[in-house]
Amino acid sequence: MNPQFLMDGLIAGAMIGLGAIGVTLTYSILRFANFAHGELLAWGAYLALAVSGALGLFSTTLTRPIGLFSFGWSLPLAAIIAIVLTGLLALAVDGMLFGRLRARGGAVIILVMASFGASLALRSLLEFIFTSKPAYYTKALQIAVQIGGGLRATPDQLLSLGVALAAVIAIHLMMTRTDIGRSMRAVSENSALAGIAGVDVRKVIRVVWFVGAALACIAGIMTGLLVQIRPYLGHDLLLPLFAAAILGGIGSVPGAMIAGLIVGLSEAAAVQLVGAEWRAAVSFVILVAVLLLRPRGLFGRAA
Amino acid sequence: MSLDLIAYAAFFLTMALTYAIMCLGLNVQWGQTGLFNVGIAAFVAIGAYVSALLTTPDAADRVGGFDLPIAVGWIGGALVAGLAAWLVGALTIRLRSDYLAIATFGVAVTVQLCVLNLQPLTGGAFGIGFIPRPFGDLAGDPLAFGLSNLALMTAVVLALYLALQHLAKSPWGRVLRAIREDETAAQALGKRPIRFRLQAFTIGGAIMGLAGAAQGQFIGFIAPDNYLPILTFQVWAMLIVGGSGNNRGAILGAVLVWGLWALSAAAVSAFVLPEQQARAAALQIVMIGVGLCLILLVRPRGILGASNALASLTRKRTPKSKE
Repeated sequence: MNPQFLMDGLIAGAMIGLGAIGVTLTYSILRFANFAHGELLAWGAYLALAVSGALGLFSTTLTRPIGLFSFGWSLPLAAIIAIVLTGLLALAVDGMLFGRLRARGGAVIILVMASFGASLALRSLLEFIFTSKPAYYTKALQIAVQIGGGLRATPDQLLSLGVALAAVIAIHLMMTRTDIGRSMRAVSENSALAGIAGVDVRKVIRVVWFVGAALACIAGIMTGLLVQIRPYLGHDLLLPLFAAAILGGIGSVPGAMIAGLIVGLSEAAAVQLVGAEWRAAVSFVILVAVLLLRPRGLFGRAA
Repeated sequence: MSLDLIAYAAFFLTMALTYAIMCLGLNVQWGQTGLFNVGIAAFVAIGAYVSALLTTPDAADRVGGFDLPIAVGWIGGALVAGLAAWLVGALTIRLRSDYLAIATFGVAVTVQLCVLNLQPLTGGAFGIGFIPRPFGDLAGDPLAFGLSNLALMTAVVLALYLALQHLAKSPWGRVLRAIREDETAAQALGKRPIRFRLQAFTIGGAIMGLAGAAQGQFIGFIAPDNYLPILTFQVWAMLIVGGSGNNRGAILGAVLVWGLWALSAAAVSAFVLPEQQARAAALQIVMIGVGLCLILLVRPRGILGASNALASLTRKRTPKSKE
């Protein structure tokens, strides 16, 4: 087997892991499986595309490639703006839809269903605005460089891995070392009790949406940069995201990232061993195996 | 000219009734049991492909073609789809309620993939053609062909409706209702919620398989494109418009939504420029997604138990927040 699958798997896994952290956070704190999370990835990618395109109109120096990378300064700048915009989008959807349903205190499954409707609306809206034609941040081609061990990677891929690693460490530190992280864990344990103990539950929920959306946006931009931008980008990643969140154990940030890498590596291995056309089934196999053998996941607590 | 119109109306109604069957299946799962299935397309596809495999004449380029009677195809499609539903349910119903939703989503993705890639079995992207159609020997006369198919499908829907009404009133249906209203109380009375839920999910899946089989046989051609996630969404819209929990509503909703869908699609292709048609279709889906969310917001409890006396009683009390 060609060892290059390790590199491909790591990169796919990093994107899945970043998305899965958002899924696992909303799942553990808001207590429902958010089918619209994939759309946050797609929206993040398209928002960055739109902003970076607008920046490119102002100044062509911004689109000139930086060093070895395929993109100019317009993309990192657009990424920062897109992260904020995606966060605001998630907050808006929560305010209009999930927040109202939560306030009513109905069954969990109503929230799941609402997220299903929201995902359809958000995805088709992207298709309406940007059409279903694939888009790219840059048309520049990149040559993969040897990085030892018989592996090759493009500078863009290495940068993406680095960004993903930094984001995960930042989130992990936030969850374990800061006040808001402690509040988040308290709310995920028992939201009513946390509220009585003086935790601002609504603020925690806002932070969860923003952090989840920000990570989704980063993952979406990575996917857009390394593969391509399509309205179905998030929808196609949704099953891997769920598989990784459940494999890692609902609520565990390191678990989601590690499980994301496992899913990504398994997909890449399956492409080599079985064939690329079966790639999408890998997450389903993993999902079924976890539900059969260890429904609480690798790092999750028993329900 | 008017005969053509009648033949077209018969075709339209027959298609709508195949959707009504899916809708009835979903009503058993969601309306009566509260199980959220986002993989309807998968169960419909399983039914359609199994039925096509059983009834087509022997084909050189793929496995099977067993040339069996159409009725065998229908029953086979329903049984295999029911088996698939049972497997998914057995795996997830004892876990958290949304794991079932995630698993059915996975089934939809995987079935779509299998249908595309298992070329020797399913014909791959080109699908399976020349599926024998009921009353195929009447095909020379569109009117007689259309009307006899419409009569057949009406009979199927009517039989299914009566059976499901009977089932809902039976002790089994009462237990389902009891579990949905108050799981703990039902458990205290010695009923096992997991078992009843699994049974309901299996029956619903089998009905969707039957719908797929009937639809495939009626059109005479199936391809993976017929079973995309949008199908799942259409059936959901039908059930919610018709009023979930209500079998008559399920049938009515199917005819209404299918009619609206067909009309708006015709309007889009007639009035929108060809290069803008994909965008108009996307906007159509946006509106349905928003519509679903609006119904959830505006009629919160009405969705779970509109036709239920007990539900309207509990609504007056403060809603308890359940995990």
